Amino acid sequence: MPTVTITVNGQQESREVEGRTLLVQFLREHLNLTGTHVGCDTSQCGACVVHVNGQSVKACTMLALQADGSEVTTIEGLASGSELHPMQAAFREHHGLQCGFCTPGMVMSAVDLLQKNASPSEKEIREWLEGNICRCTGYHNIVNAIQDAAQQGSAA
Amino acid sequence: MYNFGYHRPNSLADAVTELQRAEDGQLMAGGQTLIPTLKQRLAQPSDIVDLGQVDELRGIREEDGALVVGAMTTHAEVAASDLVKSRIPALSSLADGIGDPQVRHRGTIGGSIANNDPAADYPAGCVGLGATIHTNQRQIPADDFFVGLFETALDEGEIVTAVSFPVPDKAAYAKFPNPASRYAIVGVMVAQAGSTVRVAVTGAGPGVFRDHAIEGSLAGNFSADAVGASSADEGSLNSDMHASSAYRKHLISVMTKRAVSAANG
Amino acid sequence: MPDGSVGQAVKRREDQRFLTGKGRYVDDLHRAGELAAVFVRSPHAHAKVRGVNMTAAKAAPGVVAIFVGSDMEQDGIGSLPCGWTVTDRHGEPHKSPPHFPLIRDSVRYVGDHVAVILAETLEQARDAAELVEVDYEELPANVLPAKAMSAQLLHEEAPSNLCYDWVLGDEAAINEAFATAHHVTKLDLVNNRLIPNAMEPRAAIADYDSGTDSYTLWSTSQNPHVLRLILSAFVTGIPETKLRIIAPDVGGGFGSKIYCYAEETVCLWASKRVGRPVRWTADRSEAFLADAHGRDHVTHAELALSETGEFLGLRVDTTANMGAYLSNFASCVPTYLYATLLAGQYRTPVVYCNVRAVFTNTAPVDAYRGAGRPEATYLLERIVEVAARETGMDPAELRRKNFIQPDQFPYQTPVALTYDIGDYEASLDEAMKMIDYAGFTSRKADAKSRGKLRGIGFSAYIEACGIAPSSVVGSLGAGVGLWESAQVRFNATGSVSVLTGSHAHGQGHETTFAQLVSDTLGVPLESVEIVHGDTAQIPMAMGTYGSRSLAVGGSAIVRACGKVIDKGKKIAAHLLEASVEDIEFADGNFTVAGTDKSKSMAEIAFTAYVPHNYPEDVEPGLDETAFYDPLNFTYPAGCHICEVEIDPETGVTEIVDWVAVDDFGKIINPMIVEGQVHGGIAQGVGQAMLEHGVYDSDSGQLLTGSYMDYCMPRADDLPSFRVGMTETACTHNPLGVKGCGEAGAIAAPPALINAVTDALGVMHMEMPATPEKVWRLAQQAAAAE
Repeated sequence: MPTVTITVNGQQESREVEGRTLLVQFLREHLNLTGTHVGCDTSQCGACVVHVNGQSVKACTMLALQADGSEVTTIEGLASGSELHPMQAAFREHHGLQCGFCTPGMVMSAVDLLQKNASPSEKEIREWLEGNICRCTGYHNIVNAIQDAAQQGSAA
Repeated sequence: MYNFGYHRPNSLADAVTELQRAEDGQLMAGGQTLIPTLKQRLAQPSDIVDLGQVDELRGIREEDGALVVGAMTTHAEVAASDLVKSRIPALSSLADGIGDPQVRHRGTIGGSIANNDPAADYPAGCVGLGATIHTNQRQIPADDFFVGLFETALDEGEIVTAVSFPVPDKAAYAKFPNPASRYAIVGVMVAQAGSTVRVAVTGAGPGVFRDHAIEGSLAGNFSADAVGASSADEGSLNSDMHASSAYRKHLISVMTKRAVSAANG
Repeated sequence: MPDGSVGQAVKRREDQRFLTGKGRYVDDLHRAGELAAVFVRSPHAHAKVRGVNMTAAKAAPGVVAIFVGSDMEQDGIGSLPCGWTVTDRHGEPHKSPPHFPLIRDSVRYVGDHVAVILAETLEQARDAAELVEVDYEELPANVLPAKAMSAQLLHEEAPSNLCYDWVLGDEAAINEAFATAHHVTKLDLVNNRLIPNAMEPRAAIADYDSGTDSYTLWSTSQNPHVLRLILSAFVTGIPETKLRIIAPDVGGGFGSKIYCYAEETVCLWASKRVGRPVRWTADRSEAFLADAHGRDHVTHAELALSETGEFLGLRVDTTANMGAYLSNFASCVPTYLYATLLAGQYRTPVVYCNVRAVFTNTAPVDAYRGAGRPEATYLLERIVEVAARETGMDPAELRRKNFIQPDQFPYQTPVALTYDIGDYEASLDEAMKMIDYAGFTSRKADAKSRGKLRGIGFSAYIEACGIAPSSVVGSLGAGVGLWESAQVRFNATGSVSVLTGSHAHGQGHETTFAQLVSDTLGVPLESVEIVHGDTAQIPMAMGTYGSRSLAVGGSAIVRACGKVIDKGKKIAAHLLEASVEDIEFADGNFTVAGTDKSKSMAEIAFTAYVPHNYPEDVEPGLDETAFYDPLNFTYPAGCHICEVEIDPETGVTEIVDWVAVDDFGKIINPMIVEGQVHGGIAQGVGQAMLEHGVYDSDSGQLLTGSYMDYCMPRADDLPSFRVGMTETACTHNPLGVKGCGEAGAIAAPPALINAVTDALGVMHMEMPATPEKVWRLAQQAAAAE
């Protein structure tokens, strides 16, 4: 089996994987980083969003081997120590999560939005979230959280 | 997913070699359609040849008055490119509306057109803008490239390397997305270059097509008011639970009007 | 000391783990030596299974076992039961045909369970599943409830595919009411099938321990104790003492995770059969096929009105689709959770409802967020709207004219329920104020100048939550009691563990319940731990559904806190050398009345566990359990108003404003309550505009089997919502609370359809209001103009 080497949350990890091993399986099953979730099989729900080389991608639609040599950040790597990342803190402050299942992907997606657009409008936020489905919140408080994080700055 | 051998060549030449060597090889560009297809076990290639490290296939440049977009350039890169925005903003906005942000970070123009999904946006972009598809073997006008449902003019082992887009005087893309999948129910690229007008429609039929009747009426008067009914044969248009063929035919006209208005600024 | 946090928007305590990727859902867990289970599912909607050839599959790499229905039959595994027996109009019990976890002779819907593969890895199990050869003899299939009674029979036990033909109300009285009517409004409508789609797919891990002959099942359940009861008493015969069910973090339920499903039953049984842990996680495609679906009613309704617009009577005829088998609580949804709500907020004196529940070749249908009440509210708020349009009355005024008045409570409806309290005009008035009803005409004119059609829609809803009391539901056919348990367990150091039967899967119980306990006992919020979801830790419990957690589960917690305080008074009296009657408890302190002599709750807890100086007739320890069985349902109610703008050229509808004014009684955490309202509205809007579970009427294939075709509400489909509150406290529970989880999903669909039809100038359209449907109606309206 081929070996893949990926720097995950700052830590270099090498494992033997099959060609068909998805990045999300590598994270969940090989590294036990179970914060990245799988909510669909058609690349639409976004529960699996992580950053690969700083860009948000769907870890269910990327082979682990495609990420060989990459830097990957998952939800587990977002906070610094016990201090929540500003986007995580904004989600908590604005009740932007309920069951928590879509939350990791939602937060990772939102962080990437602010990297690209530091002060998005409500419409831009809603459009950016096209690839993240939440069944609990009706998105209202997620949008509020992202707006607030943008206003606070430094959430990208 | 069935298992497969995985190869990640660094050059086009190596990719060709890997593909030839494989028993039943499959090229992978961004993988945003291929991987879901593999996950559903709808394809069983012996080997995947990943073009992700072939740097010569990336990038956007201007050449002889045309925009040349490397096959492995992602939708996000096309959408964000200042060069694209300044020369063909319609192409930038088309790329910005494909899938969702995460798909745009991985999905590529080469992968999209080689797959030729009947509801994909790029086929309309290529045909509407009169693009030329460059492969490792030849150049193919977009009008001849998209043959049918998931079918292109590509030969076995032929690899798309770039797409060149002549810069039009005016162009715009208008899309009516499927509310569920967000693929185009109808997407229309309208472009005017000199006295020529091209109207390319995706989503409505079994593959991208030009609406020659609307092109004719726009050639003399490039305004939304001049857009009449689509000449598409309703019987040949797609009809499903999301949209009947009659509705799609109507939307071709509406989306064309909106594209023309947008193109006219 | 005490935080005084009840009524405050305390930030959620569970968020830390969810935001940092440390939530623990079933699929995140692993057991050493586990096998992966993959189900061989029927590709046909209806077929006899003549044989299953497993030879090639058994020889495939990694395969440990393959089982079919006869293997379970050998071990005496029974049918998945229906827990509520509805008695039909002739006094006969409903038809509840067998529902075996793995089929025995026939498949009855696409996705039905034919066999299970257990293999070392998931991919090996999938590979082997493709090698199983099933010999099907296809039979005609029917997916439509309206055609069920004349379609191919699904079950010998249910002639004409009829589960029951049930009636509520007095037929002679309704005929009399209609005979005197000045105007009768008639309406045919469909309540579209929905597929719940909690974001976490269902999952199970079963582990049998031969050393103790006991099982542990990790399940994505909303009610692990009910699941244990069903599995133990009705399906497997495993004693409850030998079956532990753990529902850890669960990623949303909305009803779909109430039920005992085939997959977890098979995993449980198979784990003993193969002597290894067995895990299964649904992929989304399986969830579409095999999760219990919701709604799917076809209804004809008639409303009789007097000359001045008083409602005289409502006659309803509904065919409800049960799917291929009766799911656990399916039978009560279109009866006791539906017909009993048909009075709504109105004084309609006579209501008559006939429901035929039928079997079809579709996935089983059961309770989904709202369960019966959305169907009732949609019907009622649509027919009232149509009546207003037909009679030329203002829709708000027609409603107002017929509201039950505040001085009429408790109000006995003609459909069995007794509403304890409410003020419907208050929420209507507040909602009309918030939306600026008077300004609508000018907003509509402005929209017209922009080429848009603007419409406004009302929905004045009521729901019945916290289904109760047990004696009443028992008399109506429920096979269980509907109380809740709580245990309040002080530790010696003064911290307190609260064990609740109300499982949380997004509702924020760990925060709301902690606020409640902190305030009631006067201990700091951070000293309160809420524990749920494990049958080995929690006393027998009933779980989370029907917006019952706070009204029933919260009331049980408060009862248990009361017992703690009573015992604490005895200990304090001893320590303070006073009589028990003189001890007052407030703000966490036991005080001798009229003095400054007091002991804190922490001191009392310490004394209870270190009883060196202790009253003789009191047991050590401070650990109290309470069970609460409500006296009545609670009746949240309110008014939603929305405004839409339609692009007549494309049929695209944009929701431009939405106000929700709800009366949930007392509020513990307004932030969480508003979040529940938002989410409920989103699901209701989903039903009204986007979502529709569609089976092909010829082949019986599910056409909406993924997010490519089943339209989930996304951020850009929805507006921000404006939420207001009115309050009449529930009269019969100790908290004065009513429940808020389902209100949005109940209220939203008629508000939206009323607005869309108002914009289009038509009487009715079926949900979902897709662009093509709206465009066609807009074309017709334009042509008529």
